[in-house]
Amino acid sequence: MIRRRLMFVLPVLFVLLLPWPTAAAQYNYIDISNPFLRKTPIAVPMFKAAAQDPTAMEAAKAASALLEYYLDFTGYFSISDPGAFLEDPQIMDISGAGIRYRNWTAIGAELLVTGGVVIRDGDAEFELRLFDTVKEKMLVGKRYRGSPDDHRQVARRFCSEVVFAITGSRGFFDSKIAFVSNGSGHKEIYLCEFDGSNITRFTHHNSISLFPDWSSDGRWIAYTTYADKWPRIRMQHVRENRTAIIDKPGLQVAPAWVPGKFELAASLSFSGDQEIYLLTGNGKMIKRLTSSMGIDVEPTWSPDGRRMAFVSKRSGNPQLYIYDTISNRVQRLTFEGRYNTQPSWSPKGDRIAYSAMINGVIDIFTINSDGGEPVQLTENQGSNEAPTWSPDGSLIAFSSTREGKSRLYVMTAYGTDQRRLLTLPGEQSSPKWSPNMLNP
Amino acid sequence: MKRKWIILAMLFIIPAMLFSVSCAKKAVMTEPSTTDASAADEAARQAELEKQKAMEREKQMEEERLAEERAEQLKAESMERDMMMAKNRFLSENVYFDFDNATLDYQAQELLKQKAMWLRDFPEANVVIEGHCDERGTNAYNLALGERRAESAKAFLVNLGISDARLTTISYGEEKPLDMGQSEESWAKNRRAAFVLE
Repeated sequence: MIRRRLMFVLPVLFVLLLPWPTAAAQYNYIDISNPFLRKTPIAVPMFKAAAQDPTAMEAAKAASALLEYYLDFTGYFSISDPGAFLEDPQIMDISGAGIRYRNWTAIGAELLVTGGVVIRDGDAEFELRLFDTVKEKMLVGKRYRGSPDDHRQVARRFCSEVVFAITGSRGFFDSKIAFVSNGSGHKEIYLCEFDGSNITRFTHHNSISLFPDWSSDGRWIAYTTYADKWPRIRMQHVRENRTAIIDKPGLQVAPAWVPGKFELAASLSFSGDQEIYLLTGNGKMIKRLTSSMGIDVEPTWSPDGRRMAFVSKRSGNPQLYIYDTISNRVQRLTFEGRYNTQPSWSPKGDRIAYSAMINGVIDIFTINSDGGEPVQLTENQGSNEAPTWSPDGSLIAFSSTREGKSRLYVMTAYGTDQRRLLTLPGEQSSPKWSPNMLNP
Repeated sequence: MKRKWIILAMLFIIPAMLFSVSCAKKAVMTEPSTTDASAADEAARQAELEKQKAMEREKQMEEERLAEERAEQLKAESMERDMMMAKNRFLSENVYFDFDNATLDYQAQELLKQKAMWLRDFPEANVVIEGHCDERGTNAYNLALGERRAESAKAFLVNLGISDARLTTISYGEEKPLDMGQSEESWAKNRRAAFVLE
């Protein structure tokens, strides 16, 4: 329903943009189908809890605050100001029957989330609902049982439901981000939640470790490390003490797991020339995928695992190419500029994000996987590199030097809502978004 | 008066007599000894002279030997210095590249020819050639480019007759800049192939 309403809003937007030719010229790269252009106003009054139960109150407060934060993080919503609420969250009806929709449409909220927390024998029950205040109907109703400390998971689960109701996609609330940080004095791989929280260190090599990439079940991370002196790829289990290597000499760089398989592509130079190979997750050779003299590097897979984009210098400077594993044909994708690298195929399949260097500055672009005009997402904000898509294809994380040091940022797939993801000592680079992990 | 003269005469005569007696006696006594002693003395003196001469010769020889040794040492030292300098030059002089490029220009080729000479002089030396990039560009591509740089330096040396087995390559991409500056001058210094002994 809401989806239909968003579609309906688009022609109106188009008309609104026309009277501002300067603004249109300035932002002509923004896709008119961008759902982030008009954020849906949503009200998230604090969840109800019995006033005499401090544990329930605490859980209610934390869950509603987190839900609000996650909804804001998606980029789809604008959060209504609680100061403008005409209803008292602690006495209003949350079940639906007694909701006074006009009190919410009056403050501009088109969506409303209500919630209640009850604690019985130490177990918490979270009751959450999403209402369309314009159509005056409930869109989602969910009940979650757990400990009062589970409010984080509850907020994520329900946020995923809200995003699904609005966009038809499950979001990224069960995903993590791997990245490289040199805060310890060495480049190591770190992990964090999709929103930059809960940072943990993944490698302890005291060496140089680079280019983390998640297997599509989220259980393995492959990366290049100099831990054994030479730049070699390691496949390391995320939770268990298991690793595998690729037993070939030479440079091993930028691994990319194949969606849905325990296989990965990587650029290896043991033959004397850099080519991209397909390997098992245990590092055994399956076959060579490219064959052209010179640099072939940075594979990234289409979500169906059929096509692979990569960087090649075969035309004299680095450009993106697409290799079709069925036809065995290679097609050049980018023709603008002289330095296009770091391709990242959207999980939706339609677009490929990459970084392009123009006049010594690197910025992030996207292009249709069938070619066409590139769309520029970052501009005049330092160098912006290493784009990586959230598992639903709605957000792009990247590294940027806009504040001096290289740090991690996130933006919508259309380049809007650019914000810093996390703050750590040292410099951060090479973010890689994981798939949604149902059993993290 | 007369007695005075006698006494005076006595004073002169008696010592004179005494003198003549002792003189005669001495002549008799010393005659044989002078002939014997002088011969021995002479021999001793000669021996002494010989000894001194020998010693002097020896000393001279020793000095000459020392001088020679010193000269040799100096020569060795200077050779060692030259070798050290050649080695340091070999290790410190980098081969430089243009941006996004792994081809060897004239300067790079001349420098590699010198390095080949050094490698011929020290056939036991095994070398790791490191390929580096400037910070511009992206990490993975720069790692690949760094390897191309190290490999083109290696291929040139192999073409000059240096054994393939003595030369290993490793790329560090943009991970180990020499110069942290952000100017063309700094970047140019970082786009290099460096040589390290294994």
